Amino acid sequence: MTAVTNRAGRTGGGRAVLAVLRAREVGILVLIGFVVLITTVKNSHFVEANSVQQMLSGAALFALLGVGETLVIITRNVDLSVGSVLGLSAYVVGYMFKYHHIPVWSGFLIGTLVGVAAGVVNGLIVTVLRVPSLVVTLGMLYVIRGIDGVIVNGDQIDPASIPNSFTAVGYRTFLGIPWLAIIVTVVVAIVGYAMRSFRASRELYAIGSNPDAAALAGIPIGRRVFSAFLISGTLAGFAGALFLALHTQINNNGGVGYELIVVTAVVVGGVAIFGGSGSVVGAALGALLLNVINQALVAGRISAFWNQAIAGALLLAAIAFDRWLSLRVTRSLQSAEGAHHEL
Amino acid sequence: MTSAVAEITFTAAEMKGFIFRPARGTNAVTEAAPTLVLTQATKSFGPVLALADGSITLYPGEAHALLGENGAGKSTLVKILGGVYRPDAGSLELGGRAVEFTGPSDAVTAGLAIIYQEPSLFPDLSVAENIFMGRQPVGAGRRIDRRGMNRAAHDIFRRLGVALDPGRPARGLSVADQQIVEIAKALSMAARVVVMDEPTAALTTVEVLRLFEVITTLRAEGVAVLFISHRLEEVFACCQRVTIMRDGRFVRTAPVEELTIDDIIRSMVGRDLEALFPKTATVPGDVVLEVDGLARHGAFSDISFTVRAGEIVALAGLVGAGRSEVARAVFGVDRRDAGSVRVAGRALPNGDARAAMAAGVALVPEDRRQQGLVMELGIDQNVALASLRRLSRGGLLFRAGERRLAATWTSRLRVKYGRLRNPVLTLSGGNQQKVVLGKWLARGPKLLIVDEPTRGIDVGTKAEVHRILDELVAGGLAVLMISSELPEVLGMADRVLVLREGRLTAELSRAQADENTIMRAATGQDPELAA
Amino acid sequence: MSSDTAVRASSSAAPTGSGDGAAPPWRSVVRWEGGLVVVLAAVLLFGSIKSPHFTDASTLFYLGINTGYVAIMALPVTFVVMTGEIDLSVASMLGLSASTVGYLWHHGWSIWAAFGVALVVGAVGGALNGVLVAGFGLPSIAVTIGTLTLFRGLAEVMLGSLTIPTLGDRQFPSGLTDIGANSLPGSQLSWSMLIFLVLAVVFGVVLHYTALGRSMVAIGLQPEAAQFAGIRVRRIKFGLFVLSGVLSAFAGILDMLQQASVTYDIGTGLELNVVAIVLFGGVSIFGGRGTIVGVVLSVAIVGSLQMALTQINVSADKQNIVTGVLLLISVIVPNGGEALRRVRDRVRRRTVPRPR
Repeated sequence: MTAVTNRAGRTGGGRAVLAVLRAREVGILVLIGFVVLITTVKNSHFVEANSVQQMLSGAALFALLGVGETLVIITRNVDLSVGSVLGLSAYVVGYMFKYHHIPVWSGFLIGTLVGVAAGVVNGLIVTVLRVPSLVVTLGMLYVIRGIDGVIVNGDQIDPASIPNSFTAVGYRTFLGIPWLAIIVTVVVAIVGYAMRSFRASRELYAIGSNPDAAALAGIPIGRRVFSAFLISGTLAGFAGALFLALHTQINNNGGVGYELIVVTAVVVGGVAIFGGSGSVVGAALGALLLNVINQALVAGRISAFWNQAIAGALLLAAIAFDRWLSLRVTRSLQSAEGAHHEL
Repeated sequence: MTSAVAEITFTAAEMKGFIFRPARGTNAVTEAAPTLVLTQATKSFGPVLALADGSITLYPGEAHALLGENGAGKSTLVKILGGVYRPDAGSLELGGRAVEFTGPSDAVTAGLAIIYQEPSLFPDLSVAENIFMGRQPVGAGRRIDRRGMNRAAHDIFRRLGVALDPGRPARGLSVADQQIVEIAKALSMAARVVVMDEPTAALTTVEVLRLFEVITTLRAEGVAVLFISHRLEEVFACCQRVTIMRDGRFVRTAPVEELTIDDIIRSMVGRDLEALFPKTATVPGDVVLEVDGLARHGAFSDISFTVRAGEIVALAGLVGAGRSEVARAVFGVDRRDAGSVRVAGRALPNGDARAAMAAGVALVPEDRRQQGLVMELGIDQNVALASLRRLSRGGLLFRAGERRLAATWTSRLRVKYGRLRNPVLTLSGGNQQKVVLGKWLARGPKLLIVDEPTRGIDVGTKAEVHRILDELVAGGLAVLMISSELPEVLGMADRVLVLREGRLTAELSRAQADENTIMRAATGQDPELAA
Repeated sequence: MSSDTAVRASSSAAPTGSGDGAAPPWRSVVRWEGGLVVVLAAVLLFGSIKSPHFTDASTLFYLGINTGYVAIMALPVTFVVMTGEIDLSVASMLGLSASTVGYLWHHGWSIWAAFGVALVVGAVGGALNGVLVAGFGLPSIAVTIGTLTLFRGLAEVMLGSLTIPTLGDRQFPSGLTDIGANSLPGSQLSWSMLIFLVLAVVFGVVLHYTALGRSMVAIGLQPEAAQFAGIRVRRIKFGLFVLSGVLSAFAGILDMLQQASVTYDIGTGLELNVVAIVLFGGVSIFGGRGTIVGVVLSVAIVGSLQMALTQINVSADKQNIVTGVLLLISVIVPNGGEALRRVRDRVRRRTVPRPR
């Protein structure tokens, strides 16, 4: 029996396909570059330091939310409550600063804890009660928004009530890069690495890719899905604190509509809405792309009213493109070489 | 379309020898303590008793065959061993200690690896990751060692004698390749019991031989292999002992050399083969179905055949040969890429099941539970599902009308049920199949396509279904029957068409068709031709 | 390929029915609707006790004004959900349609022509959903989140920050805006509520007494089997999305006339109310189960509850909490029974020795 031929090498079909799949992140970067280019032609101020910093800061929160959302969507679920959680968390932190003068670090902690609580509730209802996540998080979106409104009760937290060292996180830069962007990049890097490197995270992909096979393989689906919702909630809570740091004020309208933007960003960024594939890096880039387009409209002096319509069209295009791509990939993999035999 | 096969140089003599050579090393098996003892396991699903007495004993180092017809309870037994089902009664001992599995991971931890009949892979993940999911090799800091994982996958593939890229996504793999990945998965578990449920259904002869070598190696390592297959020649070639089940019960266990094929079949079936298939001779009438040059990318190509009124034409072949795809394309539930379908002379539009139904075509699909029935709907609503328009008066449709139709057909087909409005999932497999038949016969079709008509049905109902088909054909119906059970094909068909990898390789008359000719055409092995 | 047993393997998505010889589906439905009747009685009781105005004659009218147009959207969404899909874009189509009318009116068009265009817009929007979901097989949740955003965005592009009628615009024809001020002569029913009730009867007959209705149920329960029975699954789904678009557009016209004005964000967030009404009415999110009677009862409950709460000055925020909780209840309760049973089984297995 002869030894198997190429050991480290790969068959042409396999390599090419992986390249195509990985190209999504690159594709978004290219798109971002393209948008930046054509906007700069119209308005050279677009690439000035200030403008770039705004783009990065503006995208940072959505990218952070996107990280948690990615984990949830990969398991074939969805978390529509992230915007409300962010808003509630931001207000609670502001409230604590204004009326209880808590230390700065504690602000971040409290915000995160609000998110943890929401994540736990979502996770339990989805995994223990086996309720579809779409409905649960849709309901929670409104329950939390309502609670937020009741607690806020017409109050508003102003910049004056917030300690400077807290808001510093929102506007300070390091070597020209906003702290917000750095923090979020670090989170994305850590989570992204973890998603590739640990058994538990690979099981998330398995759950979304084929839930029946995952059950058969003995994967603790309930536990894993719960963790995904827990992380999503936690990051939304943390993002709420960052929101307050960035915007320096909060009433009862924080984060309204954010969940739709996040889902759009994540899908545009290559996370399949049916689960099983995608990366947090792609999601973060998707958030960046959406924000760049946002700013580009303003800079290009196109009416900002087009924002939502473009976001909607982008999401539809992304889903359709993904489906087309996956059909093409499947077809090419079917005709790619399968098992050979040596004698 | 399927895996490529290297040049084969077996001689005709070697082939015959492979088919009939008895297994070696049969002794010394029963002297060691048993690895696994399952005693009188039972399992019911509602009113359906799937397993009445599941008992089996496996010794280290043996390959043990589990035989039985569809509906005998083998799959249920396997799922109990795999921890997917919890038995209602009975006990399981592994290595002398009683165990209870609360889920599939318990079975894996206890050293039981199951290769299920249907591959269940994660299409978005790589082949290597599919093999090692949950058990990926880890390096420092519990981080997955990807290179090590790919290397390990590579090694397993080498053992199997195949070269599949471990890094490629599982999406798009052919059925045979998926089966290979499933086998690799089981091998990677270093289990002490490996259960293989129809592992060779989609494999070519070369791959099957390779698998036998793997089984031999496993046995040498002391692993007990439970081998489930319909192909008796494979059982004789690689197994030492045989356990036979029938109707959910254990029937007998014996060393393989003490049994003849007739013994086995008699134990499996409970009566002689002849009595099962009362196919009366008929004179075929006009051509009802003309298929010409039918093709569907990736499934089959250049399929041409005819079916006349009053005859049963069987479509035989291995799993994955494309037979169900042909049936679906003829019926119109799948689109065809080339060719034409004519019913009673009129061409059918492409991809239009409604038009086919209007022309008098009916399809009893392969997968009863997903395609044939809406399990949660009542018997009456299921029977009426293909006749909704016809039952409507002035646009309105009332339950009473559905009930009346169902009453007619359930009595005609002798379906056993509680109430017509009970959901069909309360019925046994055989009665469910009769409901599907009733749904289609209610339309008075000219052509009935049945895909695996008696799969998952108890022996008694099987005979009834055959009798029903026989009567219908005698009355002028044209039947296209897809079946993987050779005895059924040989007993019922007037003509046998054999498909292999999407192409028609043989058309045999009733006289020409026997196990050998069909299997040869189905596997592409022609010992006469190979030098 | 089927196994030779009667139950499918467990999966993470909750199964559509217990495989152990469960009672026929209609029994659980009757239980749910019966429950709704009790809840309705409780809400009406609560309202009449807590709010002095609840039993006023005009309450029914205001309830109709507030709930009628939303209820109209709930009907096609019920059908969409029955087939196993969802349409989250209804409220945005409401907004787009109303904005279209406002935009055209602002540019001098006649009101009826503007209505016609708005309905066409509804059909086109619904067709977009239909093509993407039924034609391309894309998941409806993602598609309708996309069209939700797109439609609202287009509405924003059309009207920007304007409120129609704005300075210099004609007022809307008073004969039409009258439906927001006056009930049907001789009763307290609002026009929108009347239209809803008529539509409800039609939808009810279609769902329970036509071949189309049977087909929808089959599609929701087992789409493959429906296909194999010759049911035109894709065509039906496409048609339902178009229907949803048209009726949402119609609801937009009603809302606009009742308010006698329109801004681009009219109806924002109503998709939640629609989904809550549908699910609370006993329609299963998985498809294949539900009745129009249940949806009508749900409309009555949600409408009267909102009416009562508004009359006793409960804030919109608190009402949001209530609607959200209703939604959660409507899905937890049917699953809760299953979940409790599972927990009980797991506990039982740990403690009770198995028979030998």
